[in-house]
Amino acid sequence: MTDESVNPGPEPRRKTPETREEEAHRLHRWESSGRSDHRGGVPGRHAGGSTSAGLDVATRPDPAAPMSSVAQTGATGRATTSGPGRARRQRRRGWSTRLLGAAGVLGMLLTWEIVPRTGFVNERFMPPASEAIGGLISNFGLTQFWIAVLDTMHAWALGMVIAVALAVVLGFIIGTSPFLRRFTNSTIEFLRPVPSVALIPLAVLLFGFDIESSLMLIVYACFWQVLIQVLYGVADVDAVAMNTARSYGLGPVARIRYVIFPTALPYLMTGVRLAAAVALILAITAQLVIGTPGLGAEIASAQSGGNYVAMYALVLATGLLGVLINLVMRMIERKVLSWHSSVRTEVAA
Amino acid sequence: MKYIRSALHIVALPLILLFIWFISTLGEPNFFIPTPQQLVETFINTWTADRFLGDVFPSLGRLIVGIALSIVVGIVGGLLIGSFRWLRALLEPTLEFFRAIPPTVLIPVLMLLVGVGDDMKVSVIVLGAVWPILLNTIEGVRSMDEVLADTSRTYGMNRVNTVRYLILPSAMPQIMAGIRQSLSIALILMVISEMFASTEGLGFAIVQFQRSFAIPEMWSGIALLGFIGVLMSFIFQLAERWILGWYHGLREIEQSA
Repeated sequence: MTDESVNPGPEPRRKTPETREEEAHRLHRWESSGRSDHRGGVPGRHAGGSTSAGLDVATRPDPAAPMSSVAQTGATGRATTSGPGRARRQRRRGWSTRLLGAAGVLGMLLTWEIVPRTGFVNERFMPPASEAIGGLISNFGLTQFWIAVLDTMHAWALGMVIAVALAVVLGFIIGTSPFLRRFTNSTIEFLRPVPSVALIPLAVLLFGFDIESSLMLIVYACFWQVLIQVLYGVADVDAVAMNTARSYGLGPVARIRYVIFPTALPYLMTGVRLAAAVALILAITAQLVIGTPGLGAEIASAQSGGNYVAMYALVLATGLLGVLINLVMRMIERKVLSWHSSVRTEVAA
Repeated sequence: MKYIRSALHIVALPLILLFIWFISTLGEPNFFIPTPQQLVETFINTWTADRFLGDVFPSLGRLIVGIALSIVVGIVGGLLIGSFRWLRALLEPTLEFFRAIPPTVLIPVLMLLVGVGDDMKVSVIVLGAVWPILLNTIEGVRSMDEVLADTSRTYGMNRVNTVRYLILPSAMPQIMAGIRQSLSIALILMVISEMFASTEGLGFAIVQFQRSFAIPEMWSGIALLGFIGVLMSFIFQLAERWILGWYHGLREIEQSA
């Protein structure tokens, strides 16, 4: 197999410059980095803190492209809509966009209100929006609801931590050795597309209704998402930067810390963001199908109990939870990568 | 020599893993884990022509219909929404919310609204798999190269030709990325939708095996699902190479330049 197939995840590199401005901006940075390289003759400066900064300018114009360009959406990550051009445009037409968006949501709710009221759909099977939202609001006052949310988030968080830790460790080990990459390629390629829900029966047999069965599904699904991204990121390390670090006498640990890690971090964060959405899906799916406690189990019991208003309210709650997780992950990504050129330009613009 | 080496790289680890599996099941028969020979035998005995006709093909049929519908709806809707800025602004928050809902929770909802038949299963697949394609198409249309757009306008291309020769090709890389994600979601939803109020299908069969403690059969079902997943990703890669061949070629030239 060629090296191409090692990384079948969504193509992380920027494919085309989004706008001409951006391209010009990139060229400008390229030039200025060249200048600074000529100027700087102090070895300490290079070997120390500036390694990552030097890297992201000189070697690849836009290393964080994966986050902002190609549709890196994972099972449910959102379509990426960030980028410098976008930020600028948004500020210009921010208000009208927001108003239109609100109008869209209102229109949707209004349709949902009217359709059952006019009897187009049975009102019992599809309660009007006002009732579902009322149910959601009254849920906010119930301990049972919050316990279900906590259970869901508990499984989500635990699964994420295990999956990310495993994937990062294995990804760095496999990624830094060309032999291991070739050696594991076929196995990874084979195991990755196996749908995690195929493991549901196994999880039920092994763990029954305990949280472990949700964890097993979550970890399996998220592990591949993150691993592939880490492998991609580690493979993206620039040879020149690596050789530079070597000639400056950086040991293996320092090389990982100052060369490989900064290069792989944007990829890792993309993987984590995608995995966060997948983990929520699987947590709720496991609760729905297996019956481990949480929002999914609440939905199943509301449905079988014929309490359809509560069911719609809970479905809305899962949607809100999904939006919330997306927003928080995006914020974390921005914080962690605040040093990174892609985020910096977005703020500066 | 080179070919032998690369072939060795491909088969080495799977063989080692198989060997470990073989060794570890040699001793006491484990209730949960069948031996390799046992699994192969069960697989052949379980997934007979009858079962393929009764369970596997209906499942795959729903899967294919669901994926095809998602692709059509996603691309057409995406082209439409992506082409008009006001429409995008109007719908984006709503779409973001819908895609944030875990698709599996829609199964109980759709069971009420559509019933429990094939319609429900296909609509679950579509409602889950359409979002990556739709949102990626919107994004692909949006981030079109402005020079190309201006050029085609200057040359007086009509609407149909613009879509055919400008918008679709330039959005295609993103659309394909969306389809890739949709495929795995669709497969997951196919299995899950068959675990509810179903009497046939792959998901139903596997759960049935598990409930009757037919452990080797259950494993063989899991293996079959795995094969389907691998096969789908293989077919997708072929299709992508064919559809996006021009694009990969372009990038190679750009990178070597």
